[in-house]
Parts: sequence; structure tokens; C-alpha cells
Amino acid sequence: MRILRAIFGHTSGRIGGAIVLLYLVIALLGVMGFTPHDPLMQNRLDRLHSPTITYWMGTDLFGRDVASRLMRGVGQSFTVAFLSVAFASLAGTVLGLAAAWFGHRLDGIIMRLMDVLLAFPAILLALLVVAIVGPGTWTSVVAIGIVYTPIFTRVVRGPALSLKARDFVDAARTFGSSRTYILTRHLLLNLVAPLTVQITLALAWALLTEAGLSFLGLGTQPPASSLGLMLSDSRNLMETAPWLLVFPGLAIMVSILGFNLLGDALRDILDPRMRRSNP
Amino acid sequence: MSPLLSVRDLRVGFGHDPEVNQVVRGVSFDVAAGETLAIVGESGSGKSVTALSINRLVDFGGGRIVSGSVKLKRADNSILDLTAATEPQLTKVRGAEIGMIFQEPMTSLNPVLSIGTQIEESFRLHRGLTGKQARAAAKDALDRVRIPDALRRLKYYPNQLSGGMLQRVMIATALACNSRLLIADEPTTALDVTVQAQIMALLAELKRETGMSMIFITHDIGLVAGIADRVMVMQNGQAVEQGELNQILDHPQHPYTQHLLHAVPHFASGQAARTDGKRDSEASVDPALRVDGLTVRFPVTSGVFRRPAGAVHAVEGVDFDLMPGETLAIVGESGSGKSTTARAILGLTKSTRGTFSAVRQEASARQSQRPVQMVFQNPYASLNPRLSIASILAEPVIAAGGRLDVQTRDRMSMLIERVGLPSNSLDRYPHEFSGGQRQRLCIARALMLNPSVVVLDEAVSALDVSVQAKVLDLLVDLQREFNLAYLFISHDMAVVERIAHRIAVMYAGQIVEIGRAAAVLANPQHSYTQRLIAAVPTVSRRKEHFELDTRQVPSLVRQPGFEPAPADWTHFGADHKARTEAPPYSQTAG
Amino acid sequence: MGYVTRRLVTFPLVLIGVSILVFVAIRLVPGDSITAMLGTEAGLLTPQQRVALTAYFGLDQNWLVQYWHWLLGLFRGDLGISVAYGKPVLDVIFDRFPLTLELAFLSMIIALAIGLPAGVFAATHNGRPSDLMVRIFAMVGQSTPSFVVGLLIIYMLSVGFGALPTMGEFSPFWKDPLRNLSQLIFPAITLGLAFAASVTRISRSAMLDVLSDDYVRTARSKGASARSVIWRHALPNALIPVVTLSGMEFGYLLGGAVLVEKIYALPGLGRVVLDAILQRDYALLQGSVLFIAFNFMVVNLLVDLAYSALDPRIRLGER
Repeated sequence: MRILRAIFGHTSGRIGGAIVLLYLVIALLGVMGFTPHDPLMQNRLDRLHSPTITYWMGTDLFGRDVASRLMRGVGQSFTVAFLSVAFASLAGTVLGLAAAWFGHRLDGIIMRLMDVLLAFPAILLALLVVAIVGPGTWTSVVAIGIVYTPIFTRVVRGPALSLKARDFVDAARTFGSSRTYILTRHLLLNLVAPLTVQITLALAWALLTEAGLSFLGLGTQPPASSLGLMLSDSRNLMETAPWLLVFPGLAIMVSILGFNLLGDALRDILDPRMRRSNP
Repeated sequence: MSPLLSVRDLRVGFGHDPEVNQVVRGVSFDVAAGETLAIVGESGSGKSVTALSINRLVDFGGGRIVSGSVKLKRADNSILDLTAATEPQLTKVRGAEIGMIFQEPMTSLNPVLSIGTQIEESFRLHRGLTGKQARAAAKDALDRVRIPDALRRLKYYPNQLSGGMLQRVMIATALACNSRLLIADEPTTALDVTVQAQIMALLAELKRETGMSMIFITHDIGLVAGIADRVMVMQNGQAVEQGELNQILDHPQHPYTQHLLHAVPHFASGQAARTDGKRDSEASVDPALRVDGLTVRFPVTSGVFRRPAGAVHAVEGVDFDLMPGETLAIVGESGSGKSTTARAILGLTKSTRGTFSAVRQEASARQSQRPVQMVFQNPYASLNPRLSIASILAEPVIAAGGRLDVQTRDRMSMLIERVGLPSNSLDRYPHEFSGGQRQRLCIARALMLNPSVVVLDEAVSALDVSVQAKVLDLLVDLQREFNLAYLFISHDMAVVERIAHRIAVMYAGQIVEIGRAAAVLANPQHSYTQRLIAAVPTVSRRKEHFELDTRQVPSLVRQPGFEPAPADWTHFGADHKARTEAPPYSQTAG
Repeated sequence: MGYVTRRLVTFPLVLIGVSILVFVAIRLVPGDSITAMLGTEAGLLTPQQRVALTAYFGLDQNWLVQYWHWLLGLFRGDLGISVAYGKPVLDVIFDRFPLTLELAFLSMIIALAIGLPAGVFAATHNGRPSDLMVRIFAMVGQSTPSFVVGLLIIYMLSVGFGALPTMGEFSPFWKDPLRNLSQLIFPAITLGLAFAASVTRISRSAMLDVLSDDYVRTARSKGASARSVIWRHALPNALIPVVTLSGMEFGYLLGGAVLVEKIYALPGLGRVVLDAILQRDYALLQGSVLFIAFNFMVVNLLVDLAYSALDPRIRLGER
């Protein structure tokens, strides 16, 4: 495909793509249970073991293998991130398209509602949802989904408004094309590019928010593992067992970096403004 | 005596490998003191890059001078090779010895600084003036470009002034420090034709007053007749011909110059108007389109509760009819309501009142319920970039309830071929086509449903002049073949003359004059039409003196409930009438 | 209608929306409010006490009436009583707000002091190695969660100093400025780094956009020096997106940095919300969340008003 070749030809696209691919493999292995050790098995003899051949990333306070827990944690974080971004992008696209197409009063209502949601810091809004529903994986998905819905609504509404004013939409109207035809083929098809960029970047934020929620103890619940939870557990042990801090910390950072790099590359490739300047 | 500016074998390239990717390929010319050199060429000819290379602004656009010299005789008679000059040397030359103005006055001024601040900057940079002295100098500079009420205008921000006014401000800034060379890069292309005439007149007057030299860059060879002493024609990065104005215009040697002078539409005061398809008032043919009292008003609201405070009377009581096989051109400047008229007829803008009826052509059974189709101005915006040409052409058929069957495919192939595109176009995407080709695609799409009327809204305005000519020829051929009626909306009198049978002149939302093309163009009756036609640059009008005129287009906002007086027409011959002017239009509207 | 007027009109509308959202959200919490409020102690209540309490809190009335009373209370500055802290909600908030405000200011100062020059520098050195360095740092900075930065800083400090230099009871600025700053400087750096990375990126791309605008070419054609082009012509235009971003981030920081406050054990507004959730103190949650959203909106309103000062196109209306 043209787009894959373009990503490969773009420096940060190449790095970001490689990172994301690596994480996807790790996440898949983690979710399916293909980890070096059982992430839940406690081994009292090997408590707080520093990294060795057997335990690549050492063990934690309960003697559980950090590498296995990390793989499972990545799987958990990615599951939540992908589901919540799917939720946000779907809801945001519908709301944004509706606001742009129908305009006037509906536009006003939708955008003011999004303003209301945007008035809360991301983590706080997620906390509020957790407070209502109680912590858990699905709560995290819904909470993070709601947090990023306004952003997708804005991302869709802006370009949709400008597409709506383009001559090819006017032309379609003069032919008498149906609303469905115009919305899908003239608007949505042209929104694929900005949406792809936004989805990639939103995955980075979603990972960040998920980690934050878990860190506060309001996301994934123990004994299940997640990166945020592992970091939280490392807090009182960092001087004796720094690997408990370093590996999950790096894992979170690099995953976010990967999506950010990929998102930047996609923006460079797909943004017609950029393309015009270097044909 | 050595010339003011002497350019020798200038080569300019872009990108990673400027040697290979050359846009200007060995251009040489001289500009003597007090002389105006016009550089003429179409897009991609390298004319603007040549200009930007003189004051080395091309460096900031990613360009590099590969070889050659640009020697400027400075005020102290020393010679400086600008291609070898350092950036500090260049900042002393720019603005002080070489001033420059650009195509888009609206974007060429800094939006967050006042006009006064931006003019004062020149005096601060090159004369060391500050405070009151700089302010006084800036006021003088505005006076010089004939901006009324200069002292108050100094406090204005760019978005508070019209394009013509902004271009005057640009000129004032460029000439603030008495530059001896002014580079004008398509300075009037973005402006209305009457405003263009004003700017041209101003440049000519300033040239006489100051004795400055000028390099005037344009795509319009008609425009150079009024101002240039010498002309250089550029094509593909090379100067194909240069010489004295009269020699180039009257005895062009190079085929490309001849092409520009003869194949391209030039205004000829009605002599080039079409003679085919005479209107026959005896015959009982129904018009293809009849418009009666078309009025479009946009409500204006004010305050928190959006109370109606009046309306913009964009189109007011427009009547005309259009016969099959006939072209009616609607001409006017921006804000005249010509495009709104077109959009209202297509139903893209809601009309406040008035009726229009379009008659379907008989013939084929697969007829659209929409006998009026449209071609838009911007060929880059009117085709969905994500759809293949086949899908684009099929859209009107699908919208009319048809299907993408063999019959439809046959018609697509026929039309693609008919508009002069390769037969494999159907599987390709819009970005693979040039502007002119895209406009042909738009024409093919408009013809898919066999319409009786095609509305062409500035359909050739975005195209290069030689492409314009070819698309116009195509339109005339198609009109004859399919007996189409065209409603041709344009601001360009030269183009209109080529295609129109009849012309309607719009001003401030109303038709002020309508009639046979030859009659309206050769013998304009309404004062606005006269002014409009007088402003059109032509090859035959050499060094003509334009009168300065600072009249503004009147505001179209009216109080609620305002109704204009009914039109009072004066007839001049069988098919030519104009609105009676008493009192003059410039005072009634305002 | 002018831009400023329009903003001032929508402000109360969105504020009412926010208050409804907060109000409804709290009512959606499962279980009856008395149990929620009193926790296990609710089991000790007699049925009569329970009815009396329900009536006292107005919980026997419908939501509309309850909302109306809550709204009236808001106008009197009465946000209810925090069960967890045993004092009025507003008092709890105002105890904590100075720290949050100071932390937000410090972070923003750090972010702008680093980010703006770095962004302008990178834009004017576009494509060169120094630009690449800045971009890498900004990218990594933006990708590192604040709590990871915080934990790493604490780890490095504890390895370097044996312990965090100044912890313990938080001292407000007016009591002991030095101690206060030493307590807040690392949290501020933690928050400021990611913030600085965002400022760097946005000021770089805004500068790049602006530097290719026509009026910059005009300024050069007038003979303006490179420095004058950057600072006088380009930067004022590039500032608009930077102000937007900084305003948003600052507004969010005023909501308390829950994670960083937790890591550094700082008693800020974020901790109040977290405590309110963990201790099911709904009056406090309702009040603090509303306060935070209100702050964010005020900051955004100020940012929008700042635009109109920066940009005459907004101030005078687009033609």
C-alpha cells in the first residue's frame, strides 16, 4: 500500500511504526498468555530478585516475574486504549458530522456540550466516571472514551464544515445527490486522513490516561497487572529495587513515544498542506 | 552610461539539487534608470523567481542562485553584485534601493500591526526616523499614493481596508525611501478590473514623479501595453524574446510571443464578439431559461438576541431569458451579485423572491429532472480528490436514480473523448490531471445528464491564458453540437467577448445594462459599463493615461422593509437597454 | 455581535451545563446518598434518623428542586459540608487552592521559559541538526508521563541525597518562601517538562507556518533584519496558538495535578478530589469538581480575551 511505503520512507514514521508494531506483538502475547512465567504466580524464594537470565526484568515484592507482568500489563493497557479510542472516535465522528451538516441550533447544542466536557481535566473527568461506576476495565474504557470524545468531535467538525463549503459538495447538490451519498462519499471519505492522524495521537493520550488511572488505583484492579499499577507498587521500593520503577516507566514512555512519532509522521504524509509544499 | 540593473545568465534552482532542478535557466536583461521592464509569462515560466532573485528573497523560499550575476548600480554609483552580497549588505539594499510589491495585498501586510507602524518601519530601518518624525513621514507616504484621510488611516489594521487600498499601502511602503527600482510581482492580479486600472494609473504617475525604474511582472500581455518601455517574454525559465514595447507587440518574432498575442483572448471593444446564433425574435422558440425578478437578500442581525437589523441586498430584481444555443454572459466585479445569481438559479442559495423556469430539452428518454447544470471556478475544489473519475462522472446519473450500467459507461467514454481527454482517464484520480484538464472533466460531468442550460461560474478564470483559449474553444464547439444554452459568469471582459452572444452587466446586485454583446462592448450606455470597459487593459491602448478615481462600491446593507424603486430602462436599438441614471448611480447607492 | 460579547454570552450557558453535569453525575452514584455520605456509620441510624437526615439534606424532594436549592447555595458561597474533613467544602477548597495555583504558575513559567525560545530557535534552524535535537527532546518530553518523570526525579534525588531534601508539612509561600519553593520546585519541574515540550512543539510549528506567510516576505523586502523579522513580524502572529495551548494547560493545572500531588505528597486540589472519591465524600466531590471546571472556564475566557488584544482581526471583526 502507498501509505505503508510512505510511512517507511519517513524517519519518525519508521521508528514510530517499529515501536508500535513491537508493542502490538507484546500486547498480543500478553493478552493470550504467552509470557515467560505466569504473571500472577508468587514465588516467595525469589522476592525482589534483580534482573537475571531467568527473570529478565527481575521480580517484585511477591516474587512475581516483572517481564511477564509487564507483557500482561501492556496487553491490558492496549486493550483499554484501543477500545476507548474506538468509542471516542466513533462518537466524535457522529457528533462532529451532525454538528457540521445540520448546523445552526444542533451545532450550538453539540458544541456547547463538548465545551462542558472539555472544562474538566482529562484525568479528573475519568475520575468522576470511575466515582460513579466504580473502578474496572470497562469503566476505564468508558471514562477515557468520554474524555476524548470532544476532541474527535472538534477534529471532525472543523474539516467537515470546510468540506461542506467545497465546490464538489455544491456540485453534488446541483445534481440532487442524496444526503447519505454526500455525507459518506464527499465528507467521510475525505475525513479518513485527519481521523487516522487523530486516532494515532489519541492512542498515545489514552495510554497515558489509563496508566494514570491505574497508578491512582482506580483503573485496573490488582492482582491483574497494568503498567500504572506496577509503577505505583514500585514507589516504596525504588531504592532497593529500581528495576520495578525503570522497566514499567520505560515501557509506558516508549509506547506513548511510538504512537506520537507515528502520528506525527502520518500528519506529515496525509496533510495536504505539507504535500503541496513538497510535491 | 551603465544601466541601473544588469542581470547576466541568471540560473536559479530549488530543492536538494538546485543545479539539476533549475526554474530559471540563463536569463539576461538590463534595466536603465527611469525605464520600465515588463516580464510576461504564464505560471511556471520562472518570471516570479527571476524577480525574487534580484533582491535575493528567493533564498528564503528554498531557492538558490546557481550561477550568473545581478549587478546593481547603487546610489553612490558603486556597483554591487547582489548574487555575491552578504545578508547585511542585502538588508541595506532591500527597501532602500529596491522596493517590492506582491500579488496578494490582503496577505502581504502583517495583520497584527497597524498600517502606520508598517510604513514607519521603512523610515526607521533606512532613515533612522522615530516617533513623530516617522509618523509624519508615513503620512506623507500615504498622501503620495492618494489615500484620502491619510492621518486617520495610519491607525487602521490591514483587515479594515479593501484590496485596492492595501495595494496602495504596499506601494507607499515600497517607495517610502525613494527606492530607485520597484519590483511589482503581478500587483493587480488579485484585484477587480476597475481597481486594477487605478493601481496602474498610480504606478504610472509615481514613475513620472520620481523617475524610478520598474520591473513589472504579469501574465497579461494586454496589461503591459499601458506601462512598459521594454518587454521580456519568458517560457520555461528562459527569456524567449525581449525588446522595445512596440516592437514586441507589433512585430513579435518568437512563436510563443505570437501565441500570447493572438491565440489568447484580448479585449477588442466588441469587434471580436461572436456573430453566430443571431437571436430571432420572430421564431416561436421557448427560452431554455427564464428568470423573472430574482431577488436574494441575506438577513443581517444585531445584538445578543439576533434581532433583524436589515438585509444585504445581494441580488435585486434580476430578469433575463436565455435561448437554446445562446450564451448570456453576466459580467461584474466582486460583490456585484453575479455569482449569487448563478447559485440562486441552481438552488445553492435560497432566493428571496422571483421565479425561474428552465425548459427541458426533448430528445433522449433518460432526461434529468435538473435541466440546469453548473461548472465551478476552481477546478481543484470542484472534484472530490478521493473519488475516481468514473465515480465522479457517475454521480449525477446515480443522483438522478440511474445506475452505473453499460449505457452510462458509454456516455462517460463518449464525453471524456469529446472534451479532449485520453480514454484511460476514467480509472484515474483528480490529482493526476492539470487545472485545464480538470475543468474539462467538470464540463463532461455537467453534460452527463444532457442538460439544456449550463451555468459557467468563472469557469476559465483560474486557468493559464493559453489554456483559457482552448477551453473556450471547446465550450463553443460543445454549444453548437448539443445546442446548449450557457449562462457565463465572469469578471474578464476579454474572455466574455469571445463566448457571449449577449451580455448583462451587474452592479451592486442589479443588472444595469443588457443586450447584444457587440453593442454593449462597442457602445456602452450605462456609466458603470463605460467605466468598466475603459478599465480593461488592451494591447492597443499604449501608455494611456488613467484617471484616478477613488469611488467605492456602495454598501448593499439596507434597512428592514426597504424596497428599491422599479427599474426604468432606456432602450438603445433592438436588443440593448440600460438603466436610466437620474440621479447618478454612485449617489443613489450608498 | 462582537467576539467578546459572544464569548461573554456563552460563558454562563456552559457554566450552567457544567453545574448540571456535576449535579446529575453525583446523583447517578448507585446506592442511597445517606449511606454514601456516612459510610458504615449509616448502619447505626434509626429509621427515624434516616428520614430526618433525608429531609435535612432535601433528598426527599425531586432532582429539580434539589438542583435549584444547590444552585441557590452556590450563589451564597455554600457548597455544603465535607464529611471527610468536617468543615465547609469551600473552606477545604480554599485551604488547598493556593498551593495548586502556585504550582500551576511555576510550571507555566518553566514551560514558557524553556519552550518558547526552544521552539523559535528550532523553527529558525529548520532542518539543521540543532532543530533535530530540539525536536527529539520535545518529542520525548511530550511522551513521558508526569508521574514517570516525578518518580524518576524522586529516585535520582533519593540516590543522590539519600532522601528528598525537603518534605514533611507543606509550608505556604507567605510563611516561609524558601522552604515553600524548595518543596514546590521539583513538582513544578515535573509538570513543567511535558508542558515545555508541548510549548516547544507548538511554537516551532506556528513559527514555521508564519515564517512562510506573505507579510514576512514583505518585511524582508523592506530590508528588515533576520532578528527583526522573527521577533517583530513573525512572533506576534505565532503567539496565538502558543497562548491557546498555554492557557488550556494552565487551566487544567488549576484543576490540580492529581498524580504529581500524590507522588510528592502535596496537599493540593487534586488530592481533595481523589480523597473525596476514595472516601465517598460527595458534597466535597461535587463542590471541588465544579470549582475546578469553573476555574478552567475562567482561564479560557481570559485566553480568548487575550486573543482579541493580540489580534486586531478578532478585535475588529473579520471583513
